[in-house]
Amino acid sequence: MQTQNVFKVGMAVLLTLTLAACASSDTEDMGDADTGMTSSSSTSGGSASSSGVDTNGGLSAAQVRERDNALAMTVFYFEFDRSDLSAEARAALVHHANYLKENPSRRYRLEGHADERGTREYNLALGERRAQAVERYLQVQGVSSNQLETISYGEENSVDPGTTEAAYARNRRVEIH
Amino acid sequence: MREMARTVTRIFLLAAALLAAHAHAQLQIVITQGVDNPVQIAIVPFEWTGFGVLEDNVTDIINANLRNSGEFAPIAEANMLSTPHEQSEVFLRDWRFLGADYLLVGKITETGGGAMQVQYEFFDVLREQRLMGEVLGGSRTQLRDVAHNISDKIFEQVTGVRGAFATKLLYVTSQRVNADLTNYQLNMSDADGGRSQVLLTSQEPIMSPSWSPDGTRIAYSSFESSRPRIYIQELSSGARRQMTDFPGINSSPVFSPDGTKLAMVLSKDGNPDIYVMDLRTNDLRRITNHFAIDTEPSWTPDGKSLIFTSERGGNSRPQIYQVDLDTGWVERLTFQGTYNSKGLMLPDGVNLLMVHRDNTYDEYHLAIQNIDRGTIRILTETSLDESPSIAPNASMVIYASKAGNRGILNAVSIDGRVKFRLPANQGDVREPAWSPFFD
Repeated sequence: MQTQNVFKVGMAVLLTLTLAACASSDTEDMGDADTGMTSSSSTSGGSASSSGVDTNGGLSAAQVRERDNALAMTVFYFEFDRSDLSAEARAALVHHANYLKENPSRRYRLEGHADERGTREYNLALGERRAQAVERYLQVQGVSSNQLETISYGEENSVDPGTTEAAYARNRRVEIH
Repeated sequence: MREMARTVTRIFLLAAALLAAHAHAQLQIVITQGVDNPVQIAIVPFEWTGFGVLEDNVTDIINANLRNSGEFAPIAEANMLSTPHEQSEVFLRDWRFLGADYLLVGKITETGGGAMQVQYEFFDVLREQRLMGEVLGGSRTQLRDVAHNISDKIFEQVTGVRGAFATKLLYVTSQRVNADLTNYQLNMSDADGGRSQVLLTSQEPIMSPSWSPDGTRIAYSSFESSRPRIYIQELSSGARRQMTDFPGINSSPVFSPDGTKLAMVLSKDGNPDIYVMDLRTNDLRRITNHFAIDTEPSWTPDGKSLIFTSERGGNSRPQIYQVDLDTGWVERLTFQGTYNSKGLMLPDGVNLLMVHRDNTYDEYHLAIQNIDRGTIRILTETSLDESPSIAPNASMVIYASKAGNRGILNAVSIDGRVKFRLPANQGDVREPAWSPFFD
C-alpha cells in the first residue's frame, strides 16, 4: 500500500518533469487552433502587434506610431458594474477595426472579465456584456461579424487575486486574443 | 511530430490522472461559533475486536460530526470514569455525575472475510432510558459511512431534525501554476470534507456544479472546449454527456425537484435568459425574454416556479424575481439593498436565501428575506460571500467567501447560531453544492 503510493507519486513527479521539458516545444492541444488561449494579460506584445501591418498607405511616421501603439493595446478596462468603453479604448479600437478590415482572414476572440465582487453567474453575464460592447463597436466600424467571437469568463480568470480597488480594476477587462 | 504531440497529450492526461489522485484540496471543518448551551454527550470509544488497526476511527468521526454541528459538546475521554461497550456495563449515575445528557456506547467486531459488525446503544442519562440501539453491517471501507449513519440517528433523536452527515459536497478548486496555467478541479467529498475525490480535471474553468435530486448525477458548466458548455455526469460510472452547444453563455444548470428538467442560462439570443430543457426529449423552452441580464435560476420547492436574478429593474442593480412556469408571470421579490442575487427558496417556501449588499456598505453577505413580511436578516459576516447551497435537512448553508487572497468554504446554520469554516490545505475553493439525501 505504502510502496504503491510512493511509486505513484514518483511516477507523477517524473511525468511532470518530462512534461515541463516538453512544454516549451509542444503547443497545447486544446481543440480550436485559432483561439490559441495565450491568456497573456499584459498590454505589451499581444498577437495583434506582432503579425505586422503590410502597408503604411501614405501615413506619416507619427501616424504609423499612433496606429502601432493602438494595435498593441489589447486589454480594455471598465468601471465597476459598467460596460461602456472609455474614449481611449474607442480610439484604439478604430485602429483594430481598420486592421481587421485589411486582414479579413484574421479573427478576434474577445474575452470579457469581471471583478470578483457579487455572484459568479451574474459576473459571467457582466463579462459577456463588456465583450459585446467591444464587438459592437468594431462592427459599427465596419468589421464583419464573422471575424469576431465573444466569450465571457466572468470572475474566473482574474489577473490579480487581490481584494483592493486597484486589483478589481485590473480584473474588469476585455482582452483581444 | 503530430504523433509526438499526441503521445505527449496522452502522457499529460495520464500524469493529470495520477496527480489528481494525490494533489487535491482536502477540506477540514474548523468550528467558529456554536450554540450557547450545547448538549453534553459522552461518546465512549467503541471496543474493537478484529485484525490490526482500523483506518477510520468510528468514535472520532461521530465525535467530530456532532461537535462540528455546533449543537453538541462531547465530554473528554480523559474524564470518563468507566468505558462501557454495552448496556450491561453502563451505570447511568456515573454519567450523570459527569454532567452528560446523553451517552453513546458500542463495539466493532470483525466477522470474517473483511465484514464488520457495528453495534451501538444510545442512552438518555437524565431519564435513565435506553433510547435506541442497532447492529449495522458493512465492509472495512464502509466504516466511515456507518459512523455518519450513527451520527445522523443521534442528531435526529436529540434535535428532532434529520441529520445530514451521511451526505456529500461538490466543490470547485483552482490552483494557479503560472500566469498561463491554472488547474481546475471538480471535487466530491463527504459532508465533513473527508474522502475527497476528483470528478473532473481541466485547465479551463469549471462552474456551477449542482446535484440531481436523487444524488446519482451532477450538472455543471465547463470551459474545456474553450467555451462554456453544460454537461451532465453520472457519478457511479463517470460517464458524461454534453447537453448544450450554443453560442455565448451556457451556464447555471439546475435540476428540477422531480429530476426531469434542467433549468439553465443561455445567451444565444443576444443576452442571458433563463431556459428549461426537458431531459427526456432535450426540448428547450425559453422562460424569460428580456434585454436585461437574467441569470442564476433555482427551482421553488414545488417545482412550479423559478427564482432568478435580473437587473431589469435598472441601475445595473440585480434583484431577485420569481417566474411562474405555467403562466409566465414574473414577480419581483426583493426591494431592499443595492444588490440581491442567487436566490434560493428554503423548503418552507417563505424564506428566501440570497447574496445581499445593503445600501451603506460595499459588502456582500448571505441574508434571508421573509417573502411575506419583507424582513431581512443578515446571516454571515465573512468577506465576499457567495454561492450558497442549502443542506438537505435545511439546517445549514454552505457557501464560499474570501479569506486573504484565497477562496474558502464556510457554513452557517439557518438560524445563524452555528458557524464553521472548511479551509482547504491548498488552492482556491469555491462553489460548494450540498447533496440531497441518498435514500
